[in-house]
Amino acid sequence: MKKDGDKIIFENAADLPDMAKSMGTTRFNKTGTWRNERPIVDTDKCTGCGICWKYCPDMSILEDENGKAAIDYEFCKGCAICVEVCPVKAISMVEEEK
Amino acid sequence: MKYTIPKEELVHPGHLACQGCGGALAMRIMLKTLGKNTILTFPACCWSVIDGPFPYSAVKVPLFHTAFETAAVVASGIKAALNRVGDPKTNSVAWAGDGGTFDIGIQALSGSAERNDDMFYFVYDNEAYMNTGIQRSSATPKGAWTTTTPVNHPKATPKKDILAIMAAHKIPYIATASIAYPEDFTRKLEKAKEIKGFKFFHIFAPCPPGWRANPKDTITLAKLAVETKLFPLLEIEDGEKYTINLPKKDKGKPIEDYLKLQGRFKHLKENDIKEMQTFIDKKYNRLKILEEISQ
Ligand SMILES: Cc1ncc(C[n+]2csc(CCOP(=O)(O)OP(=O)(O)O)c2C)c(N)n1
Ligand code: SF4
Ligand code: SF4
Ligand SMILES: [Mg+2]
Repeated sequence: MKKDGDKIIFENAADLPDMAKSMGTTRFNKTGTWRNERPIVDTDKCTGCGICWKYCPDMSILEDENGKAAIDYEFCKGCAICVEVCPVKAISMVEEEK
Repeated sequence: MKYTIPKEELVHPGHLACQGCGGALAMRIMLKTLGKNTILTFPACCWSVIDGPFPYSAVKVPLFHTAFETAAVVASGIKAALNRVGDPKTNSVAWAGDGGTFDIGIQALSGSAERNDDMFYFVYDNEAYMNTGIQRSSATPKGAWTTTTPVNHPKATPKKDILAIMAAHKIPYIATASIAYPEDFTRKLEKAKEIKGFKFFHIFAPCPPGWRANPKDTITLAKLAVETKLFPLLEIEDGEKYTINLPKKDKGKPIEDYLKLQGRFKHLKENDIKEMQTFIDKKYNRLKILEEISQ
């Protein structure tokens, strides 16, 4: 079995696994490219309450070294749920650059 | 950061759900709580796509993709096999859409429930056949637009009362859950883990493209569904003991607050909305009575 980063490459039947689940994960699929707008966290305002983390459907809220929210831009799809649920309005959306 | 639900993630990012998918968040919360010792069964539904193409997967537990009508019976079979190999602990979990539950999967579901098989059944309800392009199901609410119920003849019949059907099976545990109330959801999961027998969860799961809603409003919509009493959070034990967890106040928000955020209800007239409000109030009052007489 060949791999190119997180991608799995099949060249012939002998490369097929017995168990698909033992192979790769959807981390190969960089959904950050889906975004039209990107969320930006104002870390001065963020209280580290974890509410945005709790509601993100894409596991794209991480924790920075100060316990504040940090966005995983590799996977964040830009749904803006985090902006809506933040009780102190610490997250805002800006247009994505090309 | 403060973590009010289990921290460990058992769903990988990069999954194929649309932006703001309620069904994706529902799975994330469910797996966090049931944990690694779980085997999933999916019938055809959005989640069969969300999980990703072979040979990739978005979940960190074993998963069996099965035919549309068979989620419950396959999970029953997995449980029987686990018992046979001396592993009664691993959770066997059927995870299906509303089409796969209210419609095509209902006889398999009824069979597993009647046998009281020791398993979990989750329906993530986005109120239509979303994966194939927003066709109405028997979980679609009356009046809603879908591609098979266009605005000149919207859905004419009310949403099927799946809770009443499941309660009639006298299974040990039934719960409704919402992605807007993850702590309530995880509490119910923890409770259900300790119960032997058939456990049924009805999860309210907004779908932005199918509901013609903004992805940012997914949590707001799920919250409003509870606050308007459209989707009360409750538990039914042994098919008889009803407990309403939320909303706390019996006077709910007006249903307009919920409807106006969704394009699928845009064509509704004042009278239609009034009728819907009456339907909700009546249904909720009936629940209150069931709660009262079962205490
Ligand atoms: C027997 C059969 N009929 C039809 C289909 C096509 N089909 C696949 S998924 C789906 C819709 C599923 O709807 P639902 O269960 O509500 O899940 P959702 O897609 O909304 O998540 C349909 C009709 C199928 N796979 N098998
Ligand atoms: S925009 Fe959506 S996907 Fe991105 S971090 Fe916020 S909630 Fe998650
Ligand atoms: S169509 Fe709806 S339920 Fe299906 S993945 Fe998209 S948002 Fe989720
Ligand atoms: Mg559906």
